[in-house]
Amino acid sequence: MLADKDRIFTNLYGWGDSNLAGAKTRGDWDNTAAILALGHDAIIEEMKASGLRGRGGAGFPTGLKWSFMPKEVGARPHYLVVNADESEPGTCKDRDIIRHEPHKLLEGCVVAGFAMRAHAAYIYIRGEFYNEYKVLQAAIDDAYAAGLLGANAASSGWSFDIYLHRGAGAYICGEETALLESLEGKKGQPRLKPPFPAGVGLYGCPTTVNNVESIAVAPTILRRGGAWFAGLGKENNTGTKLFCISGHVNKPCNVEEEMGIPLRELIEVHAGGVRGGWDNLLAIIPGGSSTPLMPKDVCETMTMDFDALRAAGTGLGTAGIIVMDKSTDIVRAIARLSYFYKHESCGQCTPCREGTGWMWRMMDRLVRGEAEIHEIETLEQVTRQVEGHTICALGDAAAWPIQGLIKHFRPQIERRIAAYQAVVNAAE
Amino acid sequence: MSISTLIAENQPETFSFTSESEAEIKQQIAKYPAGRQASAVKSLLYIAQKQNDNWIPMRAVEAVAERLEMPVMRVLEVASFYSMFNLKPVGKWYLQVCGTTPCMLRGADDISRCIKDKLKIASGETSACGKFSLLEVECLGACVNAPILQVNDDFYEDMDYQATARLLDELAVDNKPEFGSVIGRQGSESEDGATTLKAVKKTASRSK
Amino acid sequence: MPKLTVDGIEVEVEDGATVLQACEEAGAEIPRFCFHERLSIAGNCRMCLVDMERAPKPIASCAMPAGDGMVIDTKSERVKKAREGVMEFLLVNHPLDCPICDQGGECDLQDQAMGYGHDASRYSENKRAVSEKHMGPLIKTVMTRCIHCTRCVRFSTEVAGTPNLGAIGRGENVEITTYLEQNLASELSANVIDLCPVGALTSRPYAFVARPWELNKVESIDVMDAMGSNIRIDARGSQVMRVLPRLNEDINEEWISDKTRYAIDGLRRQRLDTPYLRGKDGRLRPVSWDRAFAAIATKMKKTKSAELAAIAGDQIDAEAMFALKSLFDKLGSSNIDCRQDGAKLTAKLRASYLFNTTIAGIDEADAILIVGSNPRIEAAVMNARIRRNFLNNRTPIALIGPEADLTYPVTHLGADISVLKQLVSGKHKFAKILKKAKRPMIILGMGALRRADGQSILGIAREIADKTDMVTDSWNGFNVLHTAAARVAGLDMGFVPGKGGKDVAGILKAAAKGEMKLVWLLGADEIDTSAFANSFVIYQGHHGDAGAAAADVILPGAAYTEKDGLYVNFEGRVQMGRRATFPPGEAKEDWAIIRAVSEHLNKTLPFDSAAALRDELITAVPSFAVLDEVLPSKWAKFGRIGKLSDEPVTSSLSQFHMTCAISRSSETMAACHQSIQAASSSLAAE
Repeated sequence: MLADKDRIFTNLYGWGDSNLAGAKTRGDWDNTAAILALGHDAIIEEMKASGLRGRGGAGFPTGLKWSFMPKEVGARPHYLVVNADESEPGTCKDRDIIRHEPHKLLEGCVVAGFAMRAHAAYIYIRGEFYNEYKVLQAAIDDAYAAGLLGANAASSGWSFDIYLHRGAGAYICGEETALLESLEGKKGQPRLKPPFPAGVGLYGCPTTVNNVESIAVAPTILRRGGAWFAGLGKENNTGTKLFCISGHVNKPCNVEEEMGIPLRELIEVHAGGVRGGWDNLLAIIPGGSSTPLMPKDVCETMTMDFDALRAAGTGLGTAGIIVMDKSTDIVRAIARLSYFYKHESCGQCTPCREGTGWMWRMMDRLVRGEAEIHEIETLEQVTRQVEGHTICALGDAAAWPIQGLIKHFRPQIERRIAAYQAVVNAAE
Repeated sequence: MSISTLIAENQPETFSFTSESEAEIKQQIAKYPAGRQASAVKSLLYIAQKQNDNWIPMRAVEAVAERLEMPVMRVLEVASFYSMFNLKPVGKWYLQVCGTTPCMLRGADDISRCIKDKLKIASGETSACGKFSLLEVECLGACVNAPILQVNDDFYEDMDYQATARLLDELAVDNKPEFGSVIGRQGSESEDGATTLKAVKKTASRSK
Repeated sequence: MPKLTVDGIEVEVEDGATVLQACEEAGAEIPRFCFHERLSIAGNCRMCLVDMERAPKPIASCAMPAGDGMVIDTKSERVKKAREGVMEFLLVNHPLDCPICDQGGECDLQDQAMGYGHDASRYSENKRAVSEKHMGPLIKTVMTRCIHCTRCVRFSTEVAGTPNLGAIGRGENVEITTYLEQNLASELSANVIDLCPVGALTSRPYAFVARPWELNKVESIDVMDAMGSNIRIDARGSQVMRVLPRLNEDINEEWISDKTRYAIDGLRRQRLDTPYLRGKDGRLRPVSWDRAFAAIATKMKKTKSAELAAIAGDQIDAEAMFALKSLFDKLGSSNIDCRQDGAKLTAKLRASYLFNTTIAGIDEADAILIVGSNPRIEAAVMNARIRRNFLNNRTPIALIGPEADLTYPVTHLGADISVLKQLVSGKHKFAKILKKAKRPMIILGMGALRRADGQSILGIAREIADKTDMVTDSWNGFNVLHTAAARVAGLDMGFVPGKGGKDVAGILKAAAKGEMKLVWLLGADEIDTSAFANSFVIYQGHHGDAGAAAADVILPGAAYTEKDGLYVNFEGRVQMGRRATFPPGEAKEDWAIIRAVSEHLNKTLPFDSAAALRDELITAVPSFAVLDEVLPSKWAKFGRIGKLSDEPVTSSLSQFHMTCAISRSSETMAACHQSIQAASSSLAAE
């Protein structure tokens, strides 16, 4: 188990005060100017050395991402945009950072923004996080009052502003270019790439979009050194990570643990174990709803990191772990996700707009068994027709859970169809 | 979904921002660079919605468009795209049950059932008394505190049938209990205290 | 200039080209629905997917910039499967109602489904049904057919500049609509029908009228304004069924105005289909051609040449005008004029009455001054070019005249013409902008030139052009914006008063005094005919409009769709219109009518075919020899330096839809006009 001394989010549960005074007792804003004094590029190098991979789901190396920003600031200003549109089912980690550790996020914005030569950050927070928005806005106001933001932020000589922007109920705005569209006052519809945000982002300016957790860990990494962070976890999967354990566990919770922790250990040590014991486990969705589920046998020895999960045909995603015990109607559990993706499709491109509805309608019938056996094949083909053909990854995210279901639970689906047929035949 | 099913049938003749709203509008627009005031469109729609009993009439859409120098169609596109903008009136207590899988696994159905039992409304409906509206919504992002019932801006967490019944009784008499976990969790720690950070001294009261 | 390999063929394309363009360059056909050359890239239909070497998944070729060294495969199994998948998705919620769909036979979805569709659908769920949306009298919607390509939204936002069309909702519930189902408030609105790749937006007036394969297609020229938009006239039997745009990059690109497209139902109403003669009882009665000619001959032979006059209308072909002018020359009358509105333009110097910059030249302009014109209603398609220039370059544009929404921001300099004096003195702020500009333009509308002080305005405008270096070896920024399709041809051939001759105002004045005994109105309906109470009026034309009402003899002529004819647009470009149908009843081509009258007068004109007439015309006016091009014109001093009136400047037209005998007869144009009136009166009521 990760030692408390190596935990970054020491106020994860909100036991201490989230305000500036409380944050300072936890080491936030401690000589931030000294970090900035390292210089833009040294900060990026240190982040690269830490091995931090983006915590929003894709796992792209954070330092490398920062390095894509132009080295010179031209006529167009640079922007840091923080993705606090946490909406991936199973995921609720950024919410805790925002409401309990807001100053880690704000200080992270200053150092990250400085590293990429930006003077302003926009934090895009999902609309439903209204109370979290108020906490974060209060933290921003406090930071300005204390001189930590604004001209000469934290006495660093670097001017830095942070603005909070509320979303209004659209999962798709978690996609970085949809987020930028939304931030510009449009519908949240993903942009075509290229161009990428580092070249043409917010208002057409060079922009980096980072997840809340990726930004909030940056100050601690820079204080304690990239090597410290890299020393935790596994190779290429370094550091600590917030895990969200929800569903059929005895004590659902968020916890900060080391990357690569065995899944079973994570659940048994922190979440009180699977409801009814480990043997009552049916399947786990390991990284938020977009990642394909794993049946129990795959879960046995699985470790929670990007590479191991990827090798198993799924992903770490946001580390939102959804546990399902044997009482679960697994077809309905996945069908409900299909409904989610149908509801959240922006409607821009054809495969997603038409495919998510089609997939959900088929899944909805499969919940009742109201289908022909060959339709399982059709459904699988439809997921393949969506996957890889859309503007953004929502199409993939809608396809994968169904693919996981068919891959691992086909017999259950077939049984259900047979049972429905039997009832129909009996009635005739 | 023609426009007539999307928006309220009875539309007010006029809408204008109050001076309080005007002050907020100024603040919101100031967040964005000159000429980029359209960025504030969602903020202005929120302000209009707050001012108008939690729904947005078309006159308000037009007022937002005028204030931000946007074509009114662009504002309507935004207002109809995001799920948190109500283009029709809702009750004083707007109940939003998260129905997505993590909440479903932990009993979201029981919340909906309780609301159905007590208020006789299903998703998308408003109670006969006009006080309550219900909508099944998608993942609210508080999955380890599932299931969630959102009432207006606030999350009630770790809900079940009984807790929902108690909450509805309170709301019926216009008494809104403190939000958060109904089983006494402060945040997202496990139910009987956390497994980590045990040495941390608890100084804060329950988070708001 | 990136070099790519497409299906093994190496191609080199322009910088900034897309992979799709490169594929086309290599001869590979790429299916598409959302992509359109003249609209921003949406990349949403996903039909144009191709494989790119090293890319993990197929790419949307319309949105991918062509890069050096790219290796593209448009024919791989993966590409085929991807497109088949997209096609299946497009069809799951698309109704299979082709037999009752007006797009049938010219539908992109239908065509591409032949290549990528399955023979049967695997979709067994309920299909989506979408309610129809009201968009006005021109556009019929069947929104269940919509495939959400957003071409229409992009057109109205980007090209037309009337952004009241959009997509509301999200996901599978996205619906295209105008704001609260208002009319599409654009003079170019019906272009969305052409852009719609399926049958979601079809032509309301043309609904269920014809199938494309039943139609005879004739390439012709529009006369509803003076742009000379290139059109295709689709006719069945004796009726013009529809007008569509024809590509001409230099003129209308691929757009036409709603009037160009829809005034044609006016061709079926109020037609003059037989000669008429006014009897002693004052009533017009149908007569034979011979009786009509005899009546004319009798009257004409009794009339002194100084008491004969001819006025040519705004939509007359050059041949008819030339024939009439030749006849009047023979009769010794110089009382001829083609300037019904009294524009103070002379025929001496071409550059003084042409749109010298050319339409395509607008793209290059870096400052524009508009005087006495509303280009949005006078030349709607051209106005979209000005808008595009503004969008691309933020070009400063100023307007003298009534305030108007031109779809782009203008600096309004008021309606007082005296501001021209400040501009010529160089003191005015906008004079400095014009002076600084490399390619400045001035656009003079008829609202300025038809005034009594029109010659002075012309002169001062010319002086502004000179002082701001608007005219150089490579640029001429001086422009006259005509609204009459016939006007430039009339000026070119000198259909203006000869020595001692009277212009329109002079003719009317003389007639009122009883000194103009005979007036020949060649399609002239835009003048005050009450002056002709004591004159013998010959009206030659195709519609029973103002001119016919005042006539003593009516000679039924042919409308622009019913004859081959030359038109010269305001750029000075000579173009040939083609006959799509025959004139109704007894009506004849206009030059032939005049030729026949000349025989009855024993002044037989020296041509007995249209070809012979054109030869004569070219001999007299060589510029008619060159079709489809704009010839350079000489720059010199013109106009007068005189007093300016303090009357406020107006623009030439006060409304868009009903501006000529044809459009005034059109029920469709009337409906459009009424719907605009209704919308503006409901606004006024608020």
